[in-house]
Amino acid sequence: MTSPGESHSPAKPTDQSGRQEPGTNALTSADSGGVMGDRVFSGVALLSGVAILVTLAFVAIFLSFNSVGAVYREEEGLILQQFLEYAYPLVIGTLIASLIALVLATPVAVGVALYISHFSPPRLSKSIGYLIDLLAAIPSVVYGAWGMSFLGPALVPVYGWLHQNLGFIPLFAGNPSQTGRTIFTAGVVLAVMILPIITSVCREIFIQTPKLHEEAALALGATRWEMITMAVFPFARAGIISGVMLGLGRALGETMAVALVLSPGLLTASLISSGNSTIPAEIALGFPEAPPGSVRQAQLIAIGLVLFIITLIVNMTARWIVNRHKEFSGAN
Amino acid sequence: MSKSITAKDLNVYYGDFLAVEGVNIEIAARSVTAFIGPSGCGKTTFLRSLNRMHEVLPGARVEGQLLLDDDNIYGPGVDPVTVRSMVGMVFQRPNPFPTMSIRENVLAGYKLNGARMSKSQADDIVEGALHGANLWNEVKDRLDKPGSGLSGGQQQRLCIARTVAVKPEVILMDEPCSALDPISTLAIEDLISELQQEYTIVIVTHNMQQAARVSQKTAFFNIAGTGKPGKMIEYAETSTIFNNPSNQQTERYVSGKFG
Amino acid sequence: MSQTQQQRPTPASVEGPAGPARQKVPDPSSVLRPTSLTQNRLPWWTGLVILVVSAALGAALSSLISFNFALWFVFTAVLYVLISYGVTRVKVNRRQAKDKMWKNLVYVAFIIALLPLFSVIWSVTSIGIPGLLEPGFLASDMQGIDGTTDQRSQEEGTPVLGGIRHALVGSLLITLTATFISVPIGLMTSIYLVEYARGGTLSRAITFFVDVMTGIPSIVAGLFGAAAMGWFLGVGNSLGLPLPTRSTMGITAAIALSVLMIPVVVRTTEEMLRVVPNELREASYALGVRKWRTIIKVVIPTAISGIAAGVTLAIARVIGETAPILVTAGFVVSNNWNLFQGWMTALPVYIFRQFQNPTSPNFSDPSHQRAWAAALVLIIIVMGLNLTARIIATLFAPKKTGR
Repeated sequence: MTSPGESHSPAKPTDQSGRQEPGTNALTSADSGGVMGDRVFSGVALLSGVAILVTLAFVAIFLSFNSVGAVYREEEGLILQQFLEYAYPLVIGTLIASLIALVLATPVAVGVALYISHFSPPRLSKSIGYLIDLLAAIPSVVYGAWGMSFLGPALVPVYGWLHQNLGFIPLFAGNPSQTGRTIFTAGVVLAVMILPIITSVCREIFIQTPKLHEEAALALGATRWEMITMAVFPFARAGIISGVMLGLGRALGETMAVALVLSPGLLTASLISSGNSTIPAEIALGFPEAPPGSVRQAQLIAIGLVLFIITLIVNMTARWIVNRHKEFSGAN
Repeated sequence: MSKSITAKDLNVYYGDFLAVEGVNIEIAARSVTAFIGPSGCGKTTFLRSLNRMHEVLPGARVEGQLLLDDDNIYGPGVDPVTVRSMVGMVFQRPNPFPTMSIRENVLAGYKLNGARMSKSQADDIVEGALHGANLWNEVKDRLDKPGSGLSGGQQQRLCIARTVAVKPEVILMDEPCSALDPISTLAIEDLISELQQEYTIVIVTHNMQQAARVSQKTAFFNIAGTGKPGKMIEYAETSTIFNNPSNQQTERYVSGKFG
Repeated sequence: MSQTQQQRPTPASVEGPAGPARQKVPDPSSVLRPTSLTQNRLPWWTGLVILVVSAALGAALSSLISFNFALWFVFTAVLYVLISYGVTRVKVNRRQAKDKMWKNLVYVAFIIALLPLFSVIWSVTSIGIPGLLEPGFLASDMQGIDGTTDQRSQEEGTPVLGGIRHALVGSLLITLTATFISVPIGLMTSIYLVEYARGGTLSRAITFFVDVMTGIPSIVAGLFGAAAMGWFLGVGNSLGLPLPTRSTMGITAAIALSVLMIPVVVRTTEEMLRVVPNELREASYALGVRKWRTIIKVVIPTAISGIAAGVTLAIARVIGETAPILVTAGFVVSNNWNLFQGWMTALPVYIFRQFQNPTSPNFSDPSHQRAWAAALVLIIIVMGLNLTARIIATLFAPKKTGR
């Protein structure tokens, strides 16, 4: 038993070294180096995992800690009311923009996903998938620039028409914007940005539809659409919902597109005039100007915390739906 | 080289589940022992407990004694890694490392442990192990090609060469031919009879003819029902098991009445 | 459907063997079963004709209002869907018509999804390419560029000066640092999840919170970076350590980006490690190799192409991030190689600033041109990274084991 593994090298103790050392049991070889290696390695791995949890906890702690100044001041005591008055228009504005994005993006995304999974020529479906993924690869600041310089001006006549003909609805009341930099334009840009997210989730789930169900439907003489409503949608419902939720999470937190597109202002019901703002845009526009340690900075961090909590709830709900679905689908 | 294995009242558990119960067996050095039995009867579990491979699964533990010559494999302070370097294993499906060449695959036991060796030493080991696995003539011109480029039977012999290269005392084989065609199977069986000169070999097989062809002794495992532990029913000379079994279950199994 | 049969008896239905029999005894299945296999089919050119008709009608309708291509497209699409529904309904049956309508809607959805893609790419390239071709765009920074330079460019047509060198340097430094922070942590975490965790509470918590982390808004990550670094510097300074007083610097941005990058790395590498067949781990253990060596020398090499692709994708994701860098590293006009001191510009922030605060507010064209050119560079970088990831993943994927 002269294995080269027994050549001792201090840097790399081999596991086979010393295996023939005398002792009560030849198997209890004192190979402390290898055992240490295992301990250290698994320890580091564990530590990294814990570090992630700690980081997330720190995110919450630091944001909370730094936002105290927004709701409490030594001279005035608790000023929650003041903060809420500052925060609620931003929350509403964020929700409006995200809602517009969802309403516009969801049907298109489901359609595109269906196109890729069930309608496109099978040979092309992969490349078409890449094409849609390209939408996700474009940086948000570029979308912002596009919304500001191309989409906004292009929508100006639409806003004019809406105001003229549907001005009695509060949504289309008010002065139509002449630059197109409105909350609706921001919503459209957000819709484009979340489209690939919803699409990819839906596509994955559509493709997973059990072939047997589909073929059963087709064998009964169903048309393709009937097959989709009978086999694909029931299977994919939870997946679609979670995809939409993930898209919502992204839309809520998206910053630059809104910061560039929207010319921010006071809260208004009108979608076609300038006004409204969203939390991320408010932070991005205000933070670089806010002196460190100031009340303004505390205020911005505080609404950041609000945004964090909102997106956390949305994302956790989405995950919860996905996980619950996983257990029941039996697709695995 | 080559050691015997003795199990005394060995129970194998997965958590609370008793998978194999009360095995008493003495496997002589330099012999081929076959484990046969219906699916799920615990023969693979027992085989994997022989080199503590079953501990890869969470909650696995054993009771009783398992001796490699005189050393208890499950004794206090025993390192499973040391056990495995003495008790090698060949798996159901050939599993050469896809990122390594044929040569590196043979040397894997050394290289993966960070051993340093001169090129001539390494060459000797590669040639010796591949000769030992009856593979040298087929691959000597393409030692630097990936191991996954070989045929299934060659891959399995490469895996045997890889095991032989670290010079174990015992080689465990878990249905080594179940994924192979008849000709490759024959080559492996020939190889097993050759390896027996130097190693203690334990082989699990579903193929009773194979057990009859390669082994000197055969152990028959069976299970009373789902959720019940597997048990070793009978252990005897292979010819006895197949021609004159003392237990009725064994007789029914080897005559093809169930399983 | 039965109505259709009565109206247009095809030769097959009259002469077919089942034809006469069915006319005598009313068979309920005749509702379901057409008498000819080709009966429920429109000629292949129907779609084309309908398209031409709706395009013409759409053009007419849109010119009633005021002709433009967007309007034309909308009208054509709506008309096409409606007309083909109507035609199928009359000529074939309701079920087929419904099928057709949804099929057309799905196609329209696909086209709608492509419009913004092409529009964005068009807008970036049409202004970006001339900007990119300006002399010294990649090699100079914005030092010395003020309103008067831009005014002269716009009014007199002199070349647009100023470039993105400082932004490229900033993006490179910040992204690389973020990668160096994220990859070890992400990789080791996924190793913990795949190789060591045995489905306990901790591993489920990590998986769950990594998922949660994927959804952190980038601006929140930026706020975290700024707040954490501010706190750290505050503590350090009160202890008398020679630390900078303001948290705005490159390393803060790198930390903020790491928060966004780590979950991506964890999830992609986790997936790749899980794909590595268990047989390989067992083969290694059976050779008497320790677990950590097995992971380093068997598992990771087998998964390396997938891991590399995942890391590349993660880089591609964070290199386009604007908000976290804006609030952590700020922006400057000149080069800063020092991650630990002073403000630093990254490419996306440069684009944002050039749009939002043009160098010369009244003559913003040169600024916009620079911004579009920078956007083009950024898109090229991001797409290049994506492409690289795909190539790595396919080219260097290990050959399949076994048969």
